[in-house]
Amino acid sequence: MLSYTLKRLALAIPTLLIVITISFFLMRVAPGGPFDGERQLPPEIEANLKAAYHLDEPLPMQYLRYMGNLLQGDFGPSFKYKDFSVTELIVQGFPVSLELGFWAILLALAIGLPLGVIAALKRNSSIDYLVMSIALGGIAVPNFVIAPLLALVFGVLLAWLPAGGWNGGAWQNMLLPVIALSIQQIAYIARMMRASMIEILSSHFIRTARAKGLSESEVIWRHAMRPAMLPVVSYLGPAIAGIITGSVVIEQIFGIPGIGRYFVQGALNRDYTLVMGTVVFYGALIVLLNLIVDLLYSVLDPQIRYDD
Amino acid sequence: MTTDTTPYSSDERSTGLPAGGPNPPAAPDVKPGDSLGREAWRRLKQNKAAMASLVILIVMAIICVAGPWFMPWDLDEVDWEAFMAEPSLSSGHLLGTDANGRDLLTRTLYGGRVSLSVALVATVVSLVIGVLYGAISGYVGGRVDNAMMRFVDIMYSLPFMFLVILLMVVFGRNIFLIYAAIGAVEWLDMARIVRGQTLGLKRREFIEAAHALGVKGSTIVTRHLIPNALGPVIVYVTLTVPKVILLESFLSFLGLGVQEPLTSWGVLISEGKDMMETAPWMLLVPSLFLAVTLFCLNFLGDGLRDALDPKTR
Repeated sequence: MLSYTLKRLALAIPTLLIVITISFFLMRVAPGGPFDGERQLPPEIEANLKAAYHLDEPLPMQYLRYMGNLLQGDFGPSFKYKDFSVTELIVQGFPVSLELGFWAILLALAIGLPLGVIAALKRNSSIDYLVMSIALGGIAVPNFVIAPLLALVFGVLLAWLPAGGWNGGAWQNMLLPVIALSIQQIAYIARMMRASMIEILSSHFIRTARAKGLSESEVIWRHAMRPAMLPVVSYLGPAIAGIITGSVVIEQIFGIPGIGRYFVQGALNRDYTLVMGTVVFYGALIVLLNLIVDLLYSVLDPQIRYDD
Repeated sequence: MTTDTTPYSSDERSTGLPAGGPNPPAAPDVKPGDSLGREAWRRLKQNKAAMASLVILIVMAIICVAGPWFMPWDLDEVDWEAFMAEPSLSSGHLLGTDANGRDLLTRTLYGGRVSLSVALVATVVSLVIGVLYGAISGYVGGRVDNAMMRFVDIMYSLPFMFLVILLMVVFGRNIFLIYAAIGAVEWLDMARIVRGQTLGLKRREFIEAAHALGVKGSTIVTRHLIPNALGPVIVYVTLTVPKVILLESFLSFLGLGVQEPLTSWGVLISEGKDMMETAPWMLLVPSLFLAVTLFCLNFLGDGLRDALDPKTR
């Protein structure tokens, strides 16, 4: 277990290095600089500023310095939000994005898992077909279509919930974005859970459990649930990545002040440092969460021991 | 999507032949009905949902490609009498106009061209990279294979969506960059699938025979290994196409995709979202086109998987 964790960490470090290096050099070839404004700065002042931010040093030196700063959690100054450093913007936006993503993944599991189990138990019934066609709809219709439609119906036409804004994370404001963000994952999880539940229910140990006279609910809860959930657990990594990517669009649509919105604004305004900082931050987050999910997998499945 | 199915039907014919072995003399006993492709086509025809999807996709492709030539309006032609006009027969704007008085149906059809062309080109890019990479890795084996697959592992854990966006920001929005970037993102799964296939195939007798005949390694890969690994690849391609369309729409939606006056479904949905309170058709029309296309591609992909998967046979 420990050696596996170390091995995974050993793979995570080059991954992060690649992300950081690609982002750093892409940013340096990008046209424009942090001090390009409407007013042309006098050359002396610009030189002073560049010296203050170490932009006058040779590129390898700057790269090392950037790495060093990153280790201390410093992503540099934002180009557009003049009074903020990228770190400050991330620290500001992250709790909001985290809350949104947390509820979305929880909702995806809370709805997707039971739907899949029900569809599997009632296999080939009308309930099964209904659940699976809804799931296919959830996969086929992208979240950036679902989100405006939800806002249109519940926010504008029915006016039950606010169509946008964050309002400090009030549940009314959170409901629509969380639903929009989780629908696709609900669909994937339900499909996956159905398939694996059907497979498990036809296996020998379930037959044995039934043969020794356990009630159906005991068979499902005590014996079938845990192994059936394994594929879903291994899907959690991609699901989290999907929710993080999705939140970029959802935050934009609902006007939520999370990292995703900073990211898009940064991309549109060519705020290179902000874009790069968020890419590195998200990269680290995804790599870390994938690691946690894989370790969780070994806890659930006694057959898997990461020892070799 | 005629474009999607044509390579499939021509591929299957070429798969049928080399599968017989490296020696060209075609065995006379083999009945034409036995080939993988025909068998799959027969099974696919029985799947009503998949066939209906195929028909809808073909119709969709035809109206998107040919439709704009028959429309009375041009892509960026402004109708000064109809700004944000509702869909109506009398004005000639069947699906209404946008905030600039441009005909929405025309723009949606043009957007469809972009989305479908991205789907086609980016899928081909990912197909070529993935198939070659996977086949070489599997065929060469050993340390090279190990290194190549470790590289894929690392690429897998990169937050690609964000790197693509970074690319678009730095190099500006360009449709060829979109093709290449999306294609470069989507080849990883393909490489893994083809490698797995190749590992199984390379120990077979006909590969050994090719070796014994002194065929070059590169020829073995391209002539014998790749054609025989095509079944799962075709299935995966049909799953890649909707992903690619989705990615392009996602980028366009964020304002990082194609540029004005060119448009795509993602751009139109994004414009429609801003106007949805006063002109809901601007959101609904492109959303419907996109959703129907993705729906049908998913159905067709599922159907093809059932038709080609040897396990369900």
